Amino acid sequence: MNWLDLLAWNPPGWGKNLFFGAISTLQISFLAYLLGLLIGLLGARGKLSGGKLTRRLLDWYTTIVRSVPELLLIVILYYTGTQGLNSLMESFGYGPVRINGFIAAVAVLGVVQGAYSTEVLRGAINAIPVGQIEAAKAYGMSPLLLLRRITLPAMLPYAIPGLSNLWLNATKDSALISVVGYLELTKITQQGAGFTKWYFTFYTAAAAIYLAISLVSLQGFGMLDRYVRRGQPKVR
Amino acid sequence: MDFTILIQFLPLILIGLKYTILLLVLSVFFGMILAIPIGLVQVTGPKPLAWLAASFCMVIRGTPLLIQLYILYYGLGSLFPQIPWIRHSFMWPVLREGFFYATLAFTLSFAGYEGAVMKGAFASVPKGELEAARAFGMSPFTVLRRIWFPRAFRIVLPTLGGETIQQLKETPIAALVTVVELYGAAGQIFRTTYDFFPPMIMVAVIYFALTFIITRIFNYVERQVPQR
Repeated sequence: MNWLDLLAWNPPGWGKNLFFGAISTLQISFLAYLLGLLIGLLGARGKLSGGKLTRRLLDWYTTIVRSVPELLLIVILYYTGTQGLNSLMESFGYGPVRINGFIAAVAVLGVVQGAYSTEVLRGAINAIPVGQIEAAKAYGMSPLLLLRRITLPAMLPYAIPGLSNLWLNATKDSALISVVGYLELTKITQQGAGFTKWYFTFYTAAAAIYLAISLVSLQGFGMLDRYVRRGQPKVR
Repeated sequence: MDFTILIQFLPLILIGLKYTILLLVLSVFFGMILAIPIGLVQVTGPKPLAWLAASFCMVIRGTPLLIQLYILYYGLGSLFPQIPWIRHSFMWPVLREGFFYATLAFTLSFAGYEGAVMKGAFASVPKGELEAARAFGMSPFTVLRRIWFPRAFRIVLPTLGGETIQQLKETPIAALVTVVELYGAAGQIFRTTYDFFPPMIMVAVIYFALTFIITRIFNYVERQVPQR
């Protein structure tokens, strides 16, 4: 057997498995990224205009998450989440539930992403000239309308570089999810490599897939960046 | 949650701390040394070398460190034992250890990230300063040693602290290739005591403290470097 047979689409080739592993990685990363953005948007709002307690709590959240290693956080959050859920079910008189690995992966990665998103979005919102927001308020816009029409479009040019980095981190950090056993690209690669003993071939193939995801994403974010900056003077 | 059980594991925790710090210091030091030529050739050329260096940075930054580590540990690690002269060389005890592969992977990773940063730094040193240096009759190497590198290094210094902290946060991955650094030590304690939270929260606190200390060290170093 040579490496081309190993990576062929149909069994005994592993191509199909690797492909679905990559899809799984993309799904986890994408949903975790969205969850992170949602947390980040709320977190940024809280940090900028929340009460003292909200701000203190958010500061703790972003500081702790950003200074503890991702792998450790993922393991701790996964364990806390599954244990907490099970003891909750027990207190209601149900037996232990089987945790859906996919949802757990998304939740754990999303909470990690949320801390970084909070900081990126907070910085971007801060960079909007105050006058623009004041003008919108003076027009009598409701907070939601203000967010949709002014804050979001005006902050995007400042946020896109940070958000692009975050997305790349999400795809790369999703590899760490393999540690808690969910079958995404890294875990499937491990299985294939361990089963066939063709370690170099499998890990290099996985690296190539991750690299392709990164490169395509960079192109996409480049286009997005040009779109949100339309009408702005060119910065050199 | 009973944190007192951790006391009997103090020697193990200290070993873990030692390996975490060793891994961090070695990979940042050698990674930075590698990053200098990687950054430089992207500015000066020749074209093929610049392309090679840029591709290296792109591959390192575009793939998970975990995969890079597995390629080296399982890929190289399964190749080496099949080559007799490596097996019988004096290096074998080192080449057998996960620590070697972790250090290698982390060094290359740091070189990739820092190489891209150094490229920008080398490019942003004002041309006039380099021309002045050449006009003084300095050889290309002297220009690099006396002017170009020190100026570029001062430009990256404020970001270096952050990059080092990023690197610290990658070190637990080494535990996945059997290195007993802090996270590996916490895993061992967990497997002995069946109590998850005390060891994990303890190492989280240690990482937190290390982050703080690294920030302090780099602030200190930055203050030692004269500005303008």
